[in-house]
Amino acid sequence: MKYMLLLNRTADALPAPGTPELDRIIQEYGAAVEAMGRAGVLIDCAPLAARSSTTTVRVREGETIVTDGPSAEIKEQLGGYSIIECADLDEALKWAATIPAARDASVEIRPIVAIPASA
Amino acid sequence: MSAPLDQLIRQHWWAAVATVCRLTGDLQAAEDAVQDACVAALERWPTAGVPDNALGWLIGVARHKAVDRLRREANRGAKEAAAMREISDSGEDTSPRVTDPLGLIFLCCHPALNVSARVALTLRSVCGLSTAEIAAAFLVPEETMAKRLVRAKAKIREARIPFRIPGEAELPERLGAVLRVIYLLFTEGHLASRGEALVRADLCDRAIALARRVASLLPGEPEAAGLLALLLLTDARRAARTDALGDLVLLADQDRGRWDQDMIAEGEAILEAALRHGRPGRYQLHAAIAACHSTAASGESTDWRQIALLYAELIRYEPTPVVEANRAVAVAMAEGPAAGLVILDALAHHPQLRRWAQLYIARAELLRRLGRDGEAADAYRSALELEPAPASRSFISRRLRELEGAD
Repeated sequence: MKYMLLLNRTADALPAPGTPELDRIIQEYGAAVEAMGRAGVLIDCAPLAARSSTTTVRVREGETIVTDGPSAEIKEQLGGYSIIECADLDEALKWAATIPAARDASVEIRPIVAIPASA
Repeated sequence: MSAPLDQLIRQHWWAAVATVCRLTGDLQAAEDAVQDACVAALERWPTAGVPDNALGWLIGVARHKAVDRLRREANRGAKEAAAMREISDSGEDTSPRVTDPLGLIFLCCHPALNVSARVALTLRSVCGLSTAEIAAAFLVPEETMAKRLVRAKAKIREARIPFRIPGEAELPERLGAVLRVIYLLFTEGHLASRGEALVRADLCDRAIALARRVASLLPGEPEAAGLLALLLLTDARRAARTDALGDLVLLADQDRGRWDQDMIAEGEAILEAALRHGRPGRYQLHAAIAACHSTAASGESTDWRQIALLYAELIRYEPTPVVEANRAVAVAMAEGPAAGLVILDALAHHPQLRRWAQLYIARAELLRRLGRDGEAADAYRSALELEPAPASRSFISRRLRELEGAD
């Protein structure tokens, strides 16, 4: 059985690099993730960029409708996820529009933050 | 600061920012660097003279400024470091390759950005307006506008919105988003809902200049030409749209002698050439409607039947109650106020129109022409409650006084 853990946070964006707040997050998350890794339960994990960097895609009558921000539709709920690697947002939009959820509800594209190898 | 120099720099801003943005991959860095280059130009050119290739000079200087800036930044990512190496390696050639500036406007008008961010970004990055100027044009505090721009640029960076010209398949939709931003800029100036008269005229001029550039960069796209024609045909009436007191003058009551005939002729020629592509669209149809008005000697001799047909066609591209309301007005002119009122009444409860003062004004005008003065006055009062633009407000008050005087 695989589980996706959805990590919520109260602030929209991560603290700025070099701040004690971010250092603390890196250290504490690092410890938790390391333990999961040692136990062999971890498949993948990463922080997400700010909600304000989210784009929502809907396909209606064959037309792709792109809007800024997360879905504001309260009837929708998270039903799955895909992680894709693309050159840019335009490519990600193309793939997102192929997912059936884009026709039935919507697909949110939230950038994953790349963690530099040195961190 | 000399005005011609300032103008020359403004004229090159778009292509300079586009080229440096392409090189650095960072819009903010590109704007900052071009800004520095413009300051250097204003210091140097008055004494040393304007270089033959002014754009090349600006790009060359901006490129060096960008390298300096990126070098100063301690925590730059690997991507920026690579970009910086590329810039440094590209040497001292005096005529740096200028990037197609269209990529920049497609970036600023990307559908993944919200519409107000697109408008603000286009004014900043493409037109070179300062944050203060944009804030003034939209009557928001400078800080609010600065935040809007910062947020939009952060999204471009974080979500990696690309700097590129969309391929053939995406072009119609993406061009539509660009044209919409230019149209919004124009209507913000033209509808005069906010701001001071001078700022608004400036927005109209900027929108027309942008439409002109986009149309010339995309000669195969009739909608780009259609938008330019529409803006020219509409703006040609600018001098006649308000009276000496700044109050709105309805099209029918305008002094047609004050319409700019050169602008009308240019708009018509551009529209005709666009229509020859045989690919109509919303802007070409709007322009065709504007042309019907421009060529009529008076309100009465206007070909309202043709205008009603054009609105009916426009609904295919723009299926909105606003277009239907405009069709109602044209039908009223062609077939009498009763026929128009039937269409307007069918729209009366449309949720999108309930807060639209123009609908009540149009209804009031038709009721007045039918001699139903009491109902007309009620409709004018409903329009007033929706707090229309100052020019519309004094027009409505005048009509109300006329109706009350007739009682």
